[in-house]
Amino acid sequence: MESQTLKNKQSELEQSKNKFLDLSNDQLIEMYKKMLLIRRFEERCAQEYGKGKIAGFCHLYIGQEAVAVGTIQALNKEDYIYASYRDHGQALARGLDPKKIMAELFGKFTGTTKGVGGSMHLIDADKNFMGGYGIVGGHIPLAAGAAFTAKYKTTGGVAVCYFGEAAINQGIFFETLNMAQIWKLPVIFIIENNRYGMGTSIKRVFAGEKLYDTANYLDMNRNSFNGMDVLDSYNVMKSAVELARKKSLPTLLEAQTYRFRGHSMSDPATYRTKEEVELEKGNDPISIFLNQLLENKVTTQNNLDEIEIEIKKIVADSVEFAENSEQPPIEFLTENVYTD
Amino acid sequence: MTQQLQIREALNQAMCEEMERDQNVFLMGEEVAQYNGAYKVTQGMLKKFGSKRVIDTPISEAGFTGIGIGAAMTGLRPIVEIMTWNFAILAFDQIFNNAAKLRYMSGGQFKCPIVVRAPNGPAHMLGSQHSQALESMLVHVPGLKVVTCSTAYDAKGLLKSAIRDDNPVMFLESELMYSVKGDVPNDDYTIPLGVGDIKREGRDITIVAWTKMIPLSLKAAEQLSLDGIECEVIDPRTLRPLDEDLIFDSVKKTNHLLIVEDSWPFASVGSEIAKRVSTNIFDYLDAPIVNINAADVPMPYAENLENEAIPSVEKIIEEVKNILNR
Ligand SMILES: Cc1ncc(C[n+]2csc(CCOP(=O)(O)OP(=O)(O)O)c2C)c(N)n1
Ligand SMILES: [Mg+2]
Repeated sequence: MESQTLKNKQSELEQSKNKFLDLSNDQLIEMYKKMLLIRRFEERCAQEYGKGKIAGFCHLYIGQEAVAVGTIQALNKEDYIYASYRDHGQALARGLDPKKIMAELFGKFTGTTKGVGGSMHLIDADKNFMGGYGIVGGHIPLAAGAAFTAKYKTTGGVAVCYFGEAAINQGIFFETLNMAQIWKLPVIFIIENNRYGMGTSIKRVFAGEKLYDTANYLDMNRNSFNGMDVLDSYNVMKSAVELARKKSLPTLLEAQTYRFRGHSMSDPATYRTKEEVELEKGNDPISIFLNQLLENKVTTQNNLDEIEIEIKKIVADSVEFAENSEQPPIEFLTENVYTD
Repeated sequence: MTQQLQIREALNQAMCEEMERDQNVFLMGEEVAQYNGAYKVTQGMLKKFGSKRVIDTPISEAGFTGIGIGAAMTGLRPIVEIMTWNFAILAFDQIFNNAAKLRYMSGGQFKCPIVVRAPNGPAHMLGSQHSQALESMLVHVPGLKVVTCSTAYDAKGLLKSAIRDDNPVMFLESELMYSVKGDVPNDDYTIPLGVGDIKREGRDITIVAWTKMIPLSLKAAEQLSLDGIECEVIDPRTLRPLDEDLIFDSVKKTNHLLIVEDSWPFASVGSEIAKRVSTNIFDYLDAPIVNINAADVPMPYAENLENEAIPSVEKIIEEVKNILNR
């Protein structure tokens, strides 16, 4: 069948690594900027949360930047993206305005959903960024539904769904994969395996070994990639997207990644040893990419320093914009319960 | 002798005491064991009882609730903790179609002594999918008992009764109240299900409320008392079966009724209470019954909108004055 083994993929990747695949220097720099933007944006979110400017549940993407940036790089405008509550990274990678995102987190009317959604529900329909969702696993069938539409209307679009590894334990995961496979829907399911669902290691709550092997039983195309390496993310995603776009076939992908912070702002994350966290931080996806760029002379240290300044300003501007924006008017409370 | 306990500690004691008392009682849910509970209600229980009886589950609410129901119909007495009632919606099929009906459907052959516990209702700025008060969905279903708690004393006594009850009991807590402290007796006590409690006596108006709406109503009552208005605040505690006599007796005395709840207004527990009062003791009412509810919208994230959407001390005071024409 279409299934590829990880081994094949890896050797293929080794060969192409130095060539940076089909990405131009400009694209590579853009990808680097996005990863850095996510990192700096999230660091700032943590600060603003501490100051009480951001409230509720706020799940940071620090450590996982290469997954969103690499995979979204392989998508087109007409493709749909669904994310979990840990959605800042995908939103920024998709090009949602950082100002509007920060304003949303501040609960302001200028935010992505005018302040009603907050951190867990970033949405931008114009960009086919179909949202962050708060119920673990609850958005998996929505992405398959969007793929159903794309196929039905023959738009050529594909749908992508991001969720944490713990979500595969919801029955809806299997239900959806099965229907995606029997109906040949152009959808890509991406398990972001950061190894913990809140305080629980996936090893304690999943009986199988490889998460993406859950697709074996359905004979569905599947693959795994190094989610700390943005080029690997891009490369593996690219073949999955091709399969979806050209042959209308679903794929289950597993990104090996790690979150550097707690589950949410209120989690001290004492269930992981310091050693483990330090070890994983040694695989910082941004440092890895930065070194790849420098070694291959895609850019210079000078350039990177300038990028750092540029990104800092974008983040600072987003906070200023959020601060200076108004809360939603009270009348907005009862708007949009129904379509007129 | 009494001790000062947080509601979370009172719940913890109730579970520990019942697990010591009955080997068939066990606890399962997400993060209940090694993490000591998402809200630390199950702190120390893994250490005390071991992993046979305090069990971390995958994020599979429908599955582990159903496993709990299967265990209950075959002789065990599970306590299933769900992180919040928003997520218990995934298990509503199991609760509605299995737990609630096993007794009836089997012509009385099965019983289903399970407790499903979780915090209910909005906390603070958690947005639409995490801020739902779902008690009216649960009370709708014959076969279920539905219990709430607003003090540490009630929490412990009611949870112990819930665990000993041979029916499926849905137990509703509140994230924002876990740290609220109260006096709890040192000795073994239970509070029967189906019996309400007068939280403050008064002659002018009856306020019926539960969980978070109790402290709010008591605060309003305190302030209104400065204006010479005496509110009787009643906590039914168990919403099904409902202690309607307690409410009727109070309304017969005060002739006025305000119901405060943070769930949506359409077909709410409050509308059922209003219906029963107007059906049974209409002649005692001097004014129309008033319900204060959450706004009839999914909960928004923005702080000003959320504050507007949920009941407040100010809204209660205003409604009481309206009802009494003061
Ligand atoms: C149905 C449901 N159950 C429980 C929760 C509470 N909860 C939110 S995130 C989470 C852990 C999810 O872990 P994972 O899927 O690995 O995603 P990650 O947070 O690691 O990105 C839990 C238990 C929820 N939001 N929805
Ligand atoms: Mg995870």
